Amino acid sequence: MTTDDRSWRRDREGLGVWNGRGKTAFAGWGMSPIDRRWDGVSMDRTLGEFCKIAAKNALDDAGLTPADVDGLFMCPDNMAGANSGISANWGPTRPYFAAPYDSEDGLTIVTNKWILANWPELNAKGNIKFAPDAVPAIGEGLGFTAQAVADGKCEVGLYIYTANNLDGRYRRGGSFAAPKAPGPSQWNNPWGANVIDLQLNTTFALTQYCQYYGTNWDDLMYPIVMTEHTNGLMNDWGFYTTNGASHLNREEYINSRPITTPAHIWDYDRPVNAAGAFVITTAARAKDMKQKPVYILNHNQGSGGAARSSSVTLDEYETFQRRVARMVYEGAGLEAKDIDIFNPYDGFSSFLPFSLEAFGWHGVGKGEATAFVNGDISVHGPHPYLSGGGNLGNGRTRTAMYIDSIEQLRGTAGKRQVTVKAETAICAFAPALSAAYLLLGTDPMS
Amino acid sequence: MPYIVPEPDAVSKPFWDAVQEKRLIVQNCTACNTMQYPPRPRCQECNSEALDWKETSGKGHILTFGILEDSHLPVRAADQPLNLAVVTLDDDPRINFYSNLPGTPVRQAVVGGAVEVTFEECPDGSLIHEWRMI
Repeated sequence: MTTDDRSWRRDREGLGVWNGRGKTAFAGWGMSPIDRRWDGVSMDRTLGEFCKIAAKNALDDAGLTPADVDGLFMCPDNMAGANSGISANWGPTRPYFAAPYDSEDGLTIVTNKWILANWPELNAKGNIKFAPDAVPAIGEGLGFTAQAVADGKCEVGLYIYTANNLDGRYRRGGSFAAPKAPGPSQWNNPWGANVIDLQLNTTFALTQYCQYYGTNWDDLMYPIVMTEHTNGLMNDWGFYTTNGASHLNREEYINSRPITTPAHIWDYDRPVNAAGAFVITTAARAKDMKQKPVYILNHNQGSGGAARSSSVTLDEYETFQRRVARMVYEGAGLEAKDIDIFNPYDGFSSFLPFSLEAFGWHGVGKGEATAFVNGDISVHGPHPYLSGGGNLGNGRTRTAMYIDSIEQLRGTAGKRQVTVKAETAICAFAPALSAAYLLLGTDPMS
Repeated sequence: MPYIVPEPDAVSKPFWDAVQEKRLIVQNCTACNTMQYPPRPRCQECNSEALDWKETSGKGHILTFGILEDSHLPVRAADQPLNLAVVTLDDDPRINFYSNLPGTPVRQAVVGGAVEVTFEECPDGSLIHEWRMI
């Protein structure tokens, strides 16, 4: 099993129940501090240092030591570069520092090689036996880690993910800055239709949704965005908790900086500099560990589909998103009615009505999202939608969906703990129509 | 408007050549008679490589639109705020195009409004297909 070999991926319908269902479990999670940006000089706040902090916190949470880890899954790509690639591939040139900060590695990306060289305790006993290169981003990477543990490649897998943000660097180069539009960009960039401003092309799917179902952006999105900020402020680690609360109200949301009207700045998650880590182990080992096991019942990758023309249509988006939902449910052998906690990806707010309706969470059907989100979706109410606050409520760490799902199922979510049953959860870093989801449960179902 | 200049490739060159002649053509699969845009090496419907080019009516309708107000693209940022519409082709409404709707004041576009193709000049003097409300 390598990252080049894509056979591990569960990326289409018809694969049946995952053969690893319930054989692995989350045993720990940890976060570093979250900065808005790396300031370029603080060596104690580089991504390398943040990875070590996050990993130590995850191991502490699991009741483990570095010597217990035999699988290292260090994701070197944080999608903070010129277009979307790793930030080390582009940026203003600047001087480096003394080793180990004499290259981008350790500063704006972190590789296996760097973390092993600069955190000797991690492999002090030669305990790391599986450490693949090019581990995918968190949505796919946690699935990859779970599959590796289920396949016996390792018993205790440590997955580490970084979010990077440097001033003037985040997706401000490459094709974004070019006066010409080569390749696929020739069909959208000339008119200014770039994937970031259009929320991975979901903005126009949602404006079509509003037209078709007779709703409007602000009525639909404000309750969602506000709920995420409220829930995020109940995380003691989130960006807004640790860097100043967002204090968002309806007027501030509606009057906030427009990006691509009708989408406002608060519909886009805030890039940050941070690291998160997760411990995944076998179900057998997890049973007797410090924390209540949260079993992984399915993982998915792949895509629900692609637009046949320039811009995705409403019908396409809804069709593709339903395909994603079917894949996620199929692999776990569960249905919409079985899901208690729902933490889909919200890098851009416009993803959310579509995933809510496609997954049919709490019975929400096509065109029903506006009515649903204008009801009681508070974390202590009957429909605790996005209980973790997601990226919009915590900053773009891409970890909140997983952390909250784990904590809700453990019963350790503190102020955010839902009052309804919390035995299953869906969580994702699944941009737009990708199928990078996990389905979790308190029962291994095996 | 300072459009970002499209760079044709082997597959798209006939399309852009036609645009320079103020003609809007799209690919048409001779195996299943399906039109497609943007151009691709294979038909999206039947995967055939038997793709030809077909003239269009140049007529369409606005499917939806937004306003670019804070673009990531510095070349286009000078024009902000800027209409950004999705226009469907009357010949096959499954085909759609982006448009800045030249001639239509910002926030004056109408969903469902009729449009026709027009050709605007890029900074390098080449033409790009656009849509004008009628």
